[in-house]
Amino acid sequence: MRVDLTVNGERRQADDVWEGESLLYVLRERLGLPGSKNACEQGECGSCSVYLDGDVVCACLVAAGQAQGRDVMTVEGLATDDVLHPVQTAFLETGAVQCGFCTPGLLVAVHDLLARDPSPDDDTVREALAGNLCRCTGYEKILDAVRLAAERGRG
Amino acid sequence: MEFLAPTTWADALAARSEHPGAMPIAGGTDLMVELNFDRHRPEGLLDLTRVPELRDWQRTEDGGVRLGAGVTFARVMTELADLAPGLAMASRTVGSPQIRVRGTVGGNLGSASPAGDAHPVLLAVDAVVEVESVRGSRQVPVAEFFTGVKRSSLEPDELIAAVLLPPVAGPQQFAKIGTRNAMVIAVTSFGLALHGDRRTVGAAIGSAAPTPRHAATAEAFLAAALDEDGLWESRGDLPDATATRFGDLVAADASPIDDVRGTAAYRRHALSVLARRTLGWAWHDYRGEAA
Ligand SMILES: Cc1cc2nc3c(=O)[nH]c(=O)nc-3n(C[C@H](O)[C@H](O)[C@H](O)COP(=O)(O)OP(=O)(O)OC[C@H]3O[C@@H](n4cnc5c(N)ncnc54)[C@H](O)[C@@H]3O)c2cc1C
Ligand code: FES
Ligand code: FES
Repeated sequence: MRVDLTVNGERRQADDVWEGESLLYVLRERLGLPGSKNACEQGECGSCSVYLDGDVVCACLVAAGQAQGRDVMTVEGLATDDVLHPVQTAFLETGAVQCGFCTPGLLVAVHDLLARDPSPDDDTVREALAGNLCRCTGYEKILDAVRLAAERGRG
Repeated sequence: MEFLAPTTWADALAARSEHPGAMPIAGGTDLMVELNFDRHRPEGLLDLTRVPELRDWQRTEDGGVRLGAGVTFARVMTELADLAPGLAMASRTVGSPQIRVRGTVGGNLGSASPAGDAHPVLLAVDAVVEVESVRGSRQVPVAEFFTGVKRSSLEPDELIAAVLLPPVAGPQQFAKIGTRNAMVIAVTSFGLALHGDRRTVGAAIGSAAPTPRHAATAEAFLAAALDEDGLWESRGDLPDATATRFGDLVAADASPIDDVRGTAAYRRHALSVLARRTLGWAWHDYRGEAA
């Protein structure tokens, strides 16, 4: 089947989509957007987190056809031209990125968190990121990144 | 494989009856895992996310709530904390934000897992599942909905339309045991409702029997004990012995198994603790109601 959707503000079309495949597969394999990562395909790790009509979801759990006509934003949509989003720079500066596999999903989740709550306390951050696993950093640097991004966001 | 995307409830029912091999899909948080791992390859998918009738909840005439099957856990948490306190508590414990924003109460029922977190509370408040097909609609008390491990009384041409929640008649509680706070399937779980208006108790267990089920002996014991001691009216101190006995009876009402998540003995022990503890919280709330 064919799936039409908006991705990062652009109208996109995916052809020959198998009805049982996920939005994650469509993004990575059909639309050339490998930013969202595929690590578990069972909703456990959050590395495939994307916005779907404004909600952060696991793209691996959305059936391709469910995204028809919907608005998707992936990690590739966070930066504008060559300028990284403040959440991205905060991750880089605090050393919150090691192997980087969890990073795209975390960036989307943190972007969403700070848009809703510009000054989250640590418990709120942990709760908001409970669906994003990282095997490398031990999370401390990620919390640092969120604090830094929040601080700069409040400016 | 075909992908059906009805945009009205009538079309969804027609599609369900014309394409019995197409699996309904709501939030996809159970079904997509099956597809991704090729554990299941249905003839098609029947997407319910475009059916507006499923997405909303309304107050019913009796003061309860009719919760559309497609209402997500995230919405139950934020919108129904007062009208469905137990279900809102249970919703908060489901998966992660990403799971709660997609996963639905209807999907939880559809999967009918013994570990489904909505189930103990739905049992405790005597919720009714409204199911429908092109043949008509029927109301199934939630206790009759679960028929076996991951099996329900839903007929092949039926869809879950809504869950009917009676008006809140007293404190409600939910608690679950897992290896950590977020993202855990319950090792065991417990839902409790004190129905002060009719002086009955709803108590139900999850993940400790082939289906979620009432802890019937414990329910009867507690309602009678509160009666005998005049506690429904006096709202006095709850004797420790009553709470302990209640916990023991809840554990005895379970028939848990040993599995990777825990042993039967651990589950029984955990249930007795959860039951005693949630009763303490609920009783505290019940006493506060009078103030
Ligand atoms: C990482 C992760 C963590 C999870 N954590 C929890 C947890 O803590 N607690 C918990 O209870 N669950 C948990 N789950 C399981 C799942 O999120 C829930 O069972 C959820 O309620 C399923 O809802 P859904 O809308 O996503 O269902 P779907 O996956 O879309 O559907 C589930 C089943 O219900 C059927 N169905 C859906 N809607 C209808 C309808 N209206 N009529 C008839 N049949 C229907 C489908 O055909 C399918 O068989 C978790 C899942 C994941 C991936
Ligand atoms: S790949 Fe989607 S949650 Fe892990
Ligand atoms: S940096 Fe490697 S998984 Fe997070």
